[in-house]
Amino acid sequence: MTGVNDMMTKQSDDVIVKTLSRLLIPFMQIYALYVIAHGHYSPGGGFQGGVILGASIILLVITYGLDNALRKMSEKLNTILCSTGVFIYAGIGVLCLILGGNFLDYAELDQILHVGIAQARSLGILGVEVGVGVTVMAAMISIFLDIATGGLPSKEKNIQGKRA
Amino acid sequence: MEIVKGISMILILVGCFFFATGTIGFLRFPDFYSRMHATGKGDTLAVLIALVGLSIYHAAYHGAILDSIKIVVVAVFVFLANPTATHAISRAAFRCGVKPWTREGSK
Repeated sequence: MTGVNDMMTKQSDDVIVKTLSRLLIPFMQIYALYVIAHGHYSPGGGFQGGVILGASIILLVITYGLDNALRKMSEKLNTILCSTGVFIYAGIGVLCLILGGNFLDYAELDQILHVGIAQARSLGILGVEVGVGVTVMAAMISIFLDIATGGLPSKEKNIQGKRA
Repeated sequence: MEIVKGISMILILVGCFFFATGTIGFLRFPDFYSRMHATGKGDTLAVLIALVGLSIYHAAYHGAILDSIKIVVVAVFVFLANPTATHAISRAAFRCGVKPWTREGSK
C-alpha cells in the first residue's frame, strides 16, 4: 500500500493526461493573465486570475509529480512571490499616501506618471490587481503543497541534495 | 437571417437533448463506469453543439465576431478537457478497485 506522499512524488504514467496537461497549461496561464488584465470592465480580476494561475501549477504537480513541479516553482520562490504581491498592493497604496492623497487614491499617481487622472486610476487598479493575482497564486500553491506533502518541509531539501 | 436563426435554434435544441440524455444516463445507469460514460460523452457533445449554435446566433445578430471566436475557443477547451477528466477519474476508480457492474453480480 503506497502512501499519499509516494503517489504525489511519482509522475503519472498516463500518456493521455500528461499530453493534455502539457498542451493546456500554457493556454491556462495565458487565460489567467487575460482575466487579470481585463478585470476593470469584465468579470474577473486579481483573485480569479490568480486562482487560475495557481490551478495550472497544481495540474502540473498532479500530472508530472511533485519533484518535477518543484523544480519549476520551488517553495522558496513561492514564499517570495507571496510576500511580493502583498508588497505591490501595499506599496501602491502607500505611494498614493505619500503623494498627498488617501490610501489607494489612484488619482495622485498622475503626479509621477503624467498620463491624466483617468489613465492614472486605470493603471493603479491594474497594478493592484497584479499584486493580488501574484499573492493569490502563491497562496493557492502553498496550501496545495502543504496538503500534498503532509506539511513536511523536507521534500525540497532532498531534491537539492540530489542535484548537488 | 431567419435561416441563420433557425440553424442556431436547432443546434441549441439538439445540445439540450444531449444534455438531457446524459443526465438521464447519469441517474439511471447501474454503476460508476457507465455513469461516467454517459456524462462524459453526452455532456461533451452537448456543450460543443450548443456553444456552436450560440456563437452562430451571436455573430449573426450582434455582429461581434470576436465574442463568437471566444465562444468557439471555450467549446474547443471543453472538447479537450472533459474527456480527459472523465478518463482520469475512471482510471483512478479502476485502480482503487471499483468493480464494474455485471448481470450475475447485481443480485
